[in-house]
Amino acid sequence: MSEAKMKKSRLIGAAVVVAVAAVTAVTLLPGSDDHKFSAGPSVTRRLTAEQYRNIVQDVFGGDIDLGGRFEPDMRVDGLLAVGASQVSITAAGMEQYDAMGRAVAAQAVDANHRDMLVPCKPASPVAADEKCAREFLSKVGRLLYRRPLTEEQLSAYLTAASEATRITGDFYQGLGLSLASMLSSPSFLFVEQIVEPDPEHKGGFRLDDYSVAAQLSFFLWNSAPDSMLLSAAAAGELQTRRGLERQVKRMMTSPRLEQGVRAFFVDQLRFDEFEVLAKDAALFPKFSAQAAADAREQTMKTVLDVVLTRNADYREIFTTRKTFLTPELGAIYQVPIFKEGPNGSPDEWQPYEFAADDPRGGILTQVAFTALHSPAGRGSPTLRGKAVREIALCQTVPPPPADVSFTEFENNTAHGASTARERLAAHATVPSCSGCHKIIDPIGFALENFDGAGEFRTTENGSPIDPTGEIDGISYRDAGGLGQAIYDNPAAVTCVVDRLSARALGRTPMKEERKWLRELRADFEKSGHRLPALMQEIALSDALYRVGPPKAAPANRLPPTEEIITAELERHHE
Amino acid sequence: MSKGLNRRTVLRGMLGGTAVSVALPFLDCFLNTNGTALAATGGELPVVFGSWFQNLGFNPGRWKPATLGANYQNNAEMKVLDPFRDRINVISGTKYFLDGRPLETHVSGVQIATMGSLPLGVNSDPSLDTTIADVIGNRTRFKSIEIALSGGRQSLSRRKGGAINPSEPSPAALYTRLFGPEFRDPNSAEFTPDPQVMARRSVLSAVSEERKAVMQRVGASDRARLDEYFTSLRQVEQQLDMELQKPAPMAACSIPEKIEQAEPGRNVAAVERNNQLFAGLLAHAIACGQTRVFNMNFGTQGLRTPGGVRDWHSLTHEEPIDPQLGYQKDVTWFIEFATKTFASFLTTLDSYKEGPGSVLDRTLVLWQTDHGYARTHTMDDLPILTVGSGNGRLKTGLHVVATGDPSTRVGLTVQQVMGVPLNSWGRLSNETSKPLTDIIA
Repeated sequence: MSEAKMKKSRLIGAAVVVAVAAVTAVTLLPGSDDHKFSAGPSVTRRLTAEQYRNIVQDVFGGDIDLGGRFEPDMRVDGLLAVGASQVSITAAGMEQYDAMGRAVAAQAVDANHRDMLVPCKPASPVAADEKCAREFLSKVGRLLYRRPLTEEQLSAYLTAASEATRITGDFYQGLGLSLASMLSSPSFLFVEQIVEPDPEHKGGFRLDDYSVAAQLSFFLWNSAPDSMLLSAAAAGELQTRRGLERQVKRMMTSPRLEQGVRAFFVDQLRFDEFEVLAKDAALFPKFSAQAAADAREQTMKTVLDVVLTRNADYREIFTTRKTFLTPELGAIYQVPIFKEGPNGSPDEWQPYEFAADDPRGGILTQVAFTALHSPAGRGSPTLRGKAVREIALCQTVPPPPADVSFTEFENNTAHGASTARERLAAHATVPSCSGCHKIIDPIGFALENFDGAGEFRTTENGSPIDPTGEIDGISYRDAGGLGQAIYDNPAAVTCVVDRLSARALGRTPMKEERKWLRELRADFEKSGHRLPALMQEIALSDALYRVGPPKAAPANRLPPTEEIITAELERHHE
Repeated sequence: MSKGLNRRTVLRGMLGGTAVSVALPFLDCFLNTNGTALAATGGELPVVFGSWFQNLGFNPGRWKPATLGANYQNNAEMKVLDPFRDRINVISGTKYFLDGRPLETHVSGVQIATMGSLPLGVNSDPSLDTTIADVIGNRTRFKSIEIALSGGRQSLSRRKGGAINPSEPSPAALYTRLFGPEFRDPNSAEFTPDPQVMARRSVLSAVSEERKAVMQRVGASDRARLDEYFTSLRQVEQQLDMELQKPAPMAACSIPEKIEQAEPGRNVAAVERNNQLFAGLLAHAIACGQTRVFNMNFGTQGLRTPGGVRDWHSLTHEEPIDPQLGYQKDVTWFIEFATKTFASFLTTLDSYKEGPGSVLDRTLVLWQTDHGYARTHTMDDLPILTVGSGNGRLKTGLHVVATGDPSTRVGLTVQQVMGVPLNSWGRLSNETSKPLTDIIA
């Protein structure tokens, strides 16, 4: 948390919840003549694990196996997409990228794929063939670098391919190794934004054509630009309103849009944490690895059904009774699900609608949410309540103040309690704890009917569960009431607008961008909270493409620390 | 060293003959000048650094030795470390300082212990294992090895600016990484550079050649990140360079049996089993010159006893103090389990013999934790241990008290004896320029 933000998180009675998005104090960047518009900084993002996978699939096809571990992504202000602008690559991480790059490249040029992916045949399979290598590497390089390779870059890869061919005695191996090194290059692994003077705003700056293309495609598709988008960039179309609109419209109707929407919700719902989710098999025998994967996918399908398939009000994700289940999930939800599609063909996923009086409704009551925000052996109203505030409402619950005294608990007697509500009652007696716990726990109490693995229950340790709860003065009887309260909470709308904007920008919006966020919000409300409309408006916003001046003047630049080696290699080229 | 010799001409040279039966001359242009001398037969074996992080501390009154200085007697919760007592220093009394920042329980302490400061976004400090690896880890195939004993990719090893070295949770994967097809036996009589490795080394030049252009076009805040990237790329290149040279013989190197165990340690039995496997792999890796730095993230606060409802962390807050015993019974079971696991790890390193000594003899392990007493999240009177002298760089077998001092005094001491050129370490109240001279040899 920044200093500025910390100052804002003062404890004022129970009102300790502070909205974090869009309050970061950032110094105004000078430059633009347009005083109504304050351009934010450009960012350099490391590809996320999912983006790497998507690009490999888009460029080389869906049957390429990565075989490697990604360096952990970092969540900043609620999003991995923002953290991606702050992380680098460690030595151990580089080793993994190198291994993955080689695995991908070896498959791309192997006997099963080369006919499809390599557009030419070498004169000899055991010797270098510069013409064919050039054809392949320039084509694939344009997609991986997200802009055409310079002649210098291409010639470095051609030299690499021919040397590797000479060493291995195999054209395709040489070509593959050259491609592998391309997959390890900074221009592939980092999405750089190149900034140029903006001819339409004297003194201002904008992203160059290809950076606009990447900004669009990573936001809408969570992948690199396709060939058509790169061609539009090459033709300068993306710098015109009409050209930009044409491409955004095309991209919004592409099947890849789902990939982009999924990525946003995986990030926002913190579903990356499923990777380390484990439940005690002795306590929750139904919660197998398959059930966990299905639970994650169930919530994704539910969300996509609301926001894309039905293009319904975004807020319905918190109330909808429509979902999709597999036989594994059927066991946990206690509803029979058979592997039969409508036409009798086997299908793992079946649409299902919970009855109006069922305690399940909305994603907060689904197994993915309740299980993810529970420790391995039981449920937790505190963790779930905190997650509702952070994920659905973009609020942050401050950590305990530095002077909080945990010694108050030296003599607590909570061990005699049966239910979580009774156990947590101990906190209410300690003023320094009750401030936070009373704005978190009552949210979570409404989900107490779902155990640590998300299965319905009416008792805990033999005592009946009381699922009543309260959020910001709104009381409700059960989980369904919680979903409705979130649906009605204005913070849920601000939250999705702010986070989606942050994702598009690759950074937390600045204070100066609040006006833009307010406009987005107003239009989102006018549209009936249709997410695609919001995405389209963000994609067409100047804020994504007009940026502050390049960050370092050439005079201030430090020389590369390996200048000598670079010079040595250059001499070699002469 | 000879001017005009560049990596490409060296590679070309290597292609001339396919089988080389003598050690290649050392090529200084491949090596970082910080590197210490490679182990030649008969010489002193190089020093090794390891970190071991155990969350949730000990119980007050049950870990600290009663007496100061040499010949201390282990208290109850360290009893299991008796066999290593004369090689362990216990440092008590130090603190983590928050300087007005909020106490993020189980997080702030980890950060100060490993980085000497609370993180400052893109300017966050590197963890001490990486500064040590920058000095002693440059001439091995792997600069460092990170292990998550209880699963996950997260580790506590981070470079400046927050890039995290991913952890290895699976013994089988670590086996393959260390001793898989790319491993070159340092004691094999004949050495043939692998053409695949040569080709890989050669193509990476296309990437490193981009350095100049990239560094010129990125802004100031991104330059540090890209610089880190190129350092990491260089590390991969150096790894390949090393695979292309006949390795210096390592008399004690032997290749461990293949490990198939891939399940991360998500329960007590799995942690116990994986700890054994990881310790064995590390001992072999060190003896075979593959790495000189390891980071073990015990990270087992989510552990439960089989069938137990509450995990270790929850128990620290919720379990009542047993009136007869005077401490939390189940929590203490976990503390003893953790210390036992650490003792077993040390035993494995110590039973791997190298000449007159053992792998442990040239190793220095730094043991730290997040809170002095997890039940009340205390940030003072922290237990900190060092194990091993690191080739005689530290005195051992001492209990040192540094009441009220920043815990970073230990981190500073350890970095200094490992050769990191630092006069002070840490930030704000956690900054110190006073190493623990009592334990420096």
